[in-house]
Amino acid sequence: MAVTTIDAASRAPAMTRQRMLEDERWLAMVLLVPTIVLLTAFIAYPFVRGIMLSVTNSRVGVSGDFVGLANFYKIWHDSIFRTAVYNTFLYTGVTTVFKLALGLWLALLLNRVFKGKALVRAFILLPFIIPTVLSTFAWKWMFDPTFSVINWVLFQLGVIKQRINWLGDPDLAMISIIIVNIWRGVPFFAISLLAGLQTINPELNEAAAIDGAKPWQRFWHVTWPLLLPVTMVVVLFSVIQTFADFQIVYVMTNGGPANATHLFATYAYQLGVGTGLLSEGAAISLAMFPVLFIVVIFQLMYIRRVETR
Amino acid sequence: MIEGAKWRRWVYFRIPLALFVFWLLFPFYWMMVTTVRPDGELYRPWNARNYSPFWTTNPTWAHIEYLFSETLFGAWMWNTMFIALVATAISLVCGVLAGYALSRLKFPAAGLLGTAIFITYLVPQTLLFIPLAEIIRNYKLGDTPWALILTYPTFLIPFCTWLMMGYFKAIPKELEECARIDGAARWQAMLYIVIPVAVPGILSAGIFAFTLSWNEFIYALVFISSQERKTVPVGVVSELIRGDVFFWGPLMAGALLGSIPVAIVYSFFVEHYVAGLTGSVKG
Repeated sequence: MAVTTIDAASRAPAMTRQRMLEDERWLAMVLLVPTIVLLTAFIAYPFVRGIMLSVTNSRVGVSGDFVGLANFYKIWHDSIFRTAVYNTFLYTGVTTVFKLALGLWLALLLNRVFKGKALVRAFILLPFIIPTVLSTFAWKWMFDPTFSVINWVLFQLGVIKQRINWLGDPDLAMISIIIVNIWRGVPFFAISLLAGLQTINPELNEAAAIDGAKPWQRFWHVTWPLLLPVTMVVVLFSVIQTFADFQIVYVMTNGGPANATHLFATYAYQLGVGTGLLSEGAAISLAMFPVLFIVVIFQLMYIRRVETR
Repeated sequence: MIEGAKWRRWVYFRIPLALFVFWLLFPFYWMMVTTVRPDGELYRPWNARNYSPFWTTNPTWAHIEYLFSETLFGAWMWNTMFIALVATAISLVCGVLAGYALSRLKFPAAGLLGTAIFITYLVPQTLLFIPLAEIIRNYKLGDTPWALILTYPTFLIPFCTWLMMGYFKAIPKELEECARIDGAARWQAMLYIVIPVAVPGILSAGIFAFTLSWNEFIYALVFISSQERKTVPVGVVSELIRGDVFFWGPLMAGALLGSIPVAIVYSFFVEHYVAGLTGSVKG
């Protein structure tokens, strides 16, 4: 065969550049070089730098000395950091449950045949594709303490007598942020799960229906188990993004009122960039790593499972 | 589908779907209304009488004019466009080549490299922005478009590679082998036979990468400081909020106009975008 003769030729001592590219190993290396260079320079190297930074006492313009784990010790005893940790877990947990439930519901609705389906599908993805910071401003305006349209509607409906200070109260501010995150994430869940639903053979559901299974039973015993691998991949993907989220909180509250709504990322930004405490900021960012690492391991396991199906 | 009574279709299908659509689209409608509403109407307290918030009878261009005359909005748009296009182009080239190598060539450590690239795909920008800012400064890239053009590929390349691997795997090996038997070199078979077949995949990856770059915020916020070099999201945040004062009219106008390029690209390539989105999680 032609392939084998060329491969054999390429091992000859006098290798021209052409022949080297015939060798799969050389060609692969050439093709991968740009990617490896960029990812090493701007992901692997910063990661190492981040660890080095987090064990010194650097500030902006001051390179700092080695201080061991003092930064981690310090943030561990920082009440704002603890609030941020609690908030991040709450934010990730609550939004993920709602995004999954609502996203799955929407996916099931879209899985039907109806007029204008393509249009509806195209429009509902808008929250996901429009730049998050920009759409979050629309929400911030809707939650404005004085000019809130939501308050106006609730007042007109007679639900409230006093204005609701959405972003001024710590608990309400957290709820507002959670609502915006769910709003942005539901389309992603719905469209991904819809793609998963469409790979399920409808005959399975029909067979179950003929055997007398009710819609709910059909969903629980036929659709859900088949959808589970895709669901897990989508959920884990979303957990990573949500856990490390920055934009929504930065715009909605910037961690306020009184540092009550910080997440890891916004607090790292406030200390690292706002105050110039580079080392502490880097330490806070890196504190996300163990959780992200565990989620990534699970993600890798599930991706393999989806791939090999 | 087993059809129930008519009311069931309303309760279980039409009303929930309508509520979803309303909820997901209302903020954009609100953006539009606010953009054309005069200040006198905007700043009326929430419980004022005669306050009809859902439309305006006196539409105005004042906010949009303000945006272009009092801020550098035009420059921000141009910056964002330029950075998104160049970063997307770089990522596509890298991603297509790497995706080809990882899915169709046999070499030691192929599996390991594939996993490593997938892991970088899952690294959020917020994990590394502080050390990265330092590195950008050391490379003398701070406050230049290159700071973003070179760092955006870190989250775009893994995605493009991942998506392209899926596409390349689906292309039959025989296609390439035929070309090779006809005398094409390995790289020629890749460039002239396999890559053209993968164009829909490249388009999907490109559209998705473009929207991701347009959406990026924290790197742009940290690496760029000059007003005239900012991207739309960062410019809007830093120039239309002065202390506690929000210029809501121009803010919403900026949010609306800043979303339009992405919306246009998206509207032309919905199917490719959806393929990219679903491919991004499934591989």
